[in-house]
Formats: sequence, structure tokens, C-alpha cells
Amino acid sequence: MEDISQNPVLIQAKGLSKRYGEFVAVAGIDFEVKKGESFGFLGPNGAGKSTTMRIIAATLNRSSGEITILGKDPEKYGPEIKAHLGVVPQTDNLDNNLTVEENLFVYGRYFGLSKKFINGKIEELLDFAQLVEKRSVKVETLSGGMKRRLTIARALVSEPEILMLDEPTTGLDPQARHILWDRLFRLKEQGVTLLITTHYMDEAEQLCDRLMVMDKGSIMAEDSPAGLIKKYSTREVLEVRFGSDRNATIAPELQKLVERIEVLPDRILMYADDGEVILHLLKEKGMHPITSLVRRSSLEDVFLRLTGRTLID
Amino acid sequence: MSNNLRQGSLHIVNVSRIRKRGALSISEGRIRVMIKWFWSNLAAAALSPTLYLLSIGIGVGKLINTHSGGVDGVKYLTFLAPALLATAAIQNAMDEAVFPTLDGFKWSKSFFAMNATPISSSQIADGILIAALVRTFFSVTIYGCTIYFFGGFSSLRGWLAIPTALFAGAAFGAFILGIAAATNNDDSFFMILGRFVMMPLFLFSGTFYQLATMPFYLRWIGWISPLWHATELSRYFTYGHRLSGVMVLVHAGFLIAMFIFGLHNARKQFTKRLSK
Repeated sequence: MEDISQNPVLIQAKGLSKRYGEFVAVAGIDFEVKKGESFGFLGPNGAGKSTTMRIIAATLNRSSGEITILGKDPEKYGPEIKAHLGVVPQTDNLDNNLTVEENLFVYGRYFGLSKKFINGKIEELLDFAQLVEKRSVKVETLSGGMKRRLTIARALVSEPEILMLDEPTTGLDPQARHILWDRLFRLKEQGVTLLITTHYMDEAEQLCDRLMVMDKGSIMAEDSPAGLIKKYSTREVLEVRFGSDRNATIAPELQKLVERIEVLPDRILMYADDGEVILHLLKEKGMHPITSLVRRSSLEDVFLRLTGRTLID
Repeated sequence: MSNNLRQGSLHIVNVSRIRKRGALSISEGRIRVMIKWFWSNLAAAALSPTLYLLSIGIGVGKLINTHSGGVDGVKYLTFLAPALLATAAIQNAMDEAVFPTLDGFKWSKSFFAMNATPISSSQIADGILIAALVRTFFSVTIYGCTIYFFGGFSSLRGWLAIPTALFAGAAFGAFILGIAAATNNDDSFFMILGRFVMMPLFLFSGTFYQLATMPFYLRWIGWISPLWHATELSRYFTYGHRLSGVMVLVHAGFLIAMFIFGLHNARKQFTKRLSK
């Protein structure tokens, strides 16, 4: 058997697909995740991200195609693969009957770890998750952000090779999100391979070295966040509003000024390398928007370009 | 994170150890939860038998002993004790199989967290059953002590009712575990289980009188009831209730078959639901 600790490619998928009857959840995708990389699946709800994650986590069988995790097929070597994964599901599934530290302890036992090892680890994880003062508190009394941090800490008890996070900050307030991002960034610095699904572009930009943009079970594009923006968008975007009744009628005029525009219900996005120049040009031509904003292109623009839709419809 | 050196799961997680002991880790977690309810579990384990023994064992027993000199050649409490113990075992095993299973699949979804670890779905089912039997053993032992205190065991053989009851608990617990794992609608499940399974089992399994006393058309309930089979075996062991060798095998065989089928089905249902 090959030495999986030395293999730089931890996950490899070819033509991976999952069908439920007629419905195709994952439509024959190829991808690779390397050791130490922070890899993201970006896409709207229903894109096939969570299904792909469950196949990787060896809790769902694929319909066709090939996949290896740490060099092994998850359908044949489920426990061997799961032994090296830390899984943070979309909804927290902590044991509400137990306290914070008991949740960590019991979970460590599921990995066959010794009591002594886990007890040492608990101190480290409580500190990491900023839950030292809550150690003896029952889980049900924790806030959403605390539960999320505890779920992540729990996934780390076995020092996994790959940490999988399914929509890690959905439902959290901005402050809780930033604390979580900071914790995840520290893990990344320690060389933990991160696998993240998200429909938040800011999260994808913050945390991921490389992204796979998914929609309707297929891969639309794959690159670093900056690479995707460079490839599929301009440097800047000028957002203009002319009022909801005028946006559509003025759009053909605007189209003549830039390479690409997107007409959204409430505003028009004009793609250009220098937004200020275009804004100036608009005013020169006597087109005065009610509001205007020049910003840098984001992954949202990439997604819009690739699918014609916004990430959160 | 502190400065502790990270060794990595490749060095600290031993899969072959988990293959051997995974189910016990699940039980350990469950028992930890049970311990939190230790005093209420203890009170429930001791209070209910005391009330039963006072009212039926002693009260009704006195009436029966006075008028007909007991049942099956022994005093009423000795006749009743094996059935009460088997009932308690079945009830305890059922509670501990049903509640954690509905919680694990539906309420807290903690089984899905377990399933993300190297522990297999079958081991989760096994672990829940083992924990249920630990609790059952605890309750039945307390029940046995209470019966002993009330003079229900005519000899030391009386204590054999405890392992026999545990055997019944294992069979019924395994059977109900698979059914609970396949259940989505928990409200009607509890209603059906309580009213249409537990109550008839308790009343028509030769608990308070011998099954042969019942009209023939009602005896079938006893025949398919693990409680009747366990009670018959237990009476045979504890005070020498007359049973042919064939019937001993039939009763034991019924419980063994129920256990094997139950556990097989439970493992299958756990695997099915966790891989949906």
C-alpha cells in the first residue's frame, strides 16, 4: 500500500457523479486537492457541493466515476478514510445531553483515542475555540457561533489530515463569522488541508487558495479567487442605478461604452478596468445615474458571468 | 491553538482498534448520558417494583395464597417475580433503544456525527444496544433486590430470573432498535408502541396467571410475546416450573431468533438511514 502521508494529492476525482433517479446532483466532475491546500466549492444552494462533500466523507456512495481520498476508494475503505477526516456538517449535530468538554471527549473516543490523549487535547481545543469558560456548560445553552466553534473543535480532536467544512458560517452574525474565519486561517497556517463549501463569496475569497465554482452539479470554473476574477471579470465594476423603470431602457446605450454589462432588477453592472473613467464618460454623454459606485470585481461577478445568476437568488 | 506538537491522525488513529472496540465507545458515550440521570433512573428502577410488589405481589398475593395456596405450586409472589423482572427488562431495553435512536436520527442528529468517524453504522447500532442492556441490567438488579427484600425468591435459584430477564431485554431491545431506526413519525410510534405492543404484552403473556388459564383464542398473543417465553424460562429456572426439554428449547430458541433477527435488522436500518 502506498504511503499516503507522502502523496501530495489527497483527493482525486474523475467523472464523479451522483444521481437520485432522474435528478443529477453531481454531473461527472473532475478535481484534485493537494496536501496543505485550502480548497473551496463555491455555488448556490443545490449546486451539488454538499453531495460531493458527503461522497468525499465516505458517507454517501457515488453513482459512477472514480474518487480516491488519501489514495483509497471510500466505498471500500470507509473507516480507513474517515479516520483522517474532520467533518463539520452544515447543521451542528452536537450531543445536547452532554457538556462542551464531554462532547469533545466522547468524540475523541469514537476515534479510539486514549483518555489521557483526549484530556490533553481538550485543553488545547477549548482554548482554540475560545470556550474555556464554557467547558462545563451544556451544549444547548451555547450561542450559534459557540456551537459552530465547538463543532469545529470536535472535528479537530483526532488531528485530521483533511478538515471538511460544509457552509461553516451560514446563519452566524458578522462578528461570529470573523472569529471563525480567524480560527480557520490559523489551521490553514498549520498546514491542515481545508475543504470548504460556501455560497458566500467573501468567505471563499478569505479562506480558499483554490476554488471550484459549481452550478447544477457541474464545474463552471476552477482557479484561485484572484485567478477567477482575472479570467472571468474586469478589474473594476461600475454599479449604476437609473430607477427600476429606466434601467432596462438605458441598458443598450450603456452596453456601447463597455465590454460587458449585467442588468439586474435594481441596478446595472458595467464591467471595466477603470470604473471612474466610465462614470465620467456617462456624465459627459448626459446620462446621470441616481446612484453610482465603483468597486473591485468579486467572485459574485465571476458567478454572474458564468451562470447568468447571482449566488444568493 | 497551543504550542502542542501536532502529530496528525495518521499517527494517532488506529483503525483496527476501532474495528474491535468501536461499539464500546458508542456505549461509553451513552452511559455517560445515563449517569447524568443516575438518581432519577435509580428512583424509577426502585419505585416502580416497590409499588407493584406492594399492590399486586403482596395485596393480590395474600388473597390468592389464602384461597388457593398460591399458583403453580409456589406462593404468588414467587410465581409473579420472574414475569415482573422480564417485563422491567423489556421496558428498560425498549426505552433505551427507542429514545436515543430517535434522538440520534431525528432530534439532535448525533448519529450522523458518529457516522463521520471511523465507527461503522452497525457498530453504532451495537453500541446503543449494549448501553441499553447495561441500563437494563442495572434496573433489573435493583428490581431483583426489591423482590428479594419482599421474600419473592424461594431459594437462591430465584436470582436466575435476572440473567433470564436480561436475555429477554436483549431480544426485545434488538428487535425494537431496528424498528425505531426505520421510524420517521415519532408521535404515532410512541402511541402504537405503548398502547398496542407493550400493554397487550404485559397483560396477555401469562404475567399474572398462567397462559393456559386464558381462553384459547387469546393465547396466541403469549406465543408471539418475548415476555411469555422469557417468563416461562425464568419460572423453570427459579422454582422448577414444569417444562419439557422441547419447550425449554422453544422458549430459548424464540428469544435467540428474535435477538439475531432484531440485531441484523437494526444494523441494516442504521446503515440504510446513515447512507441516504
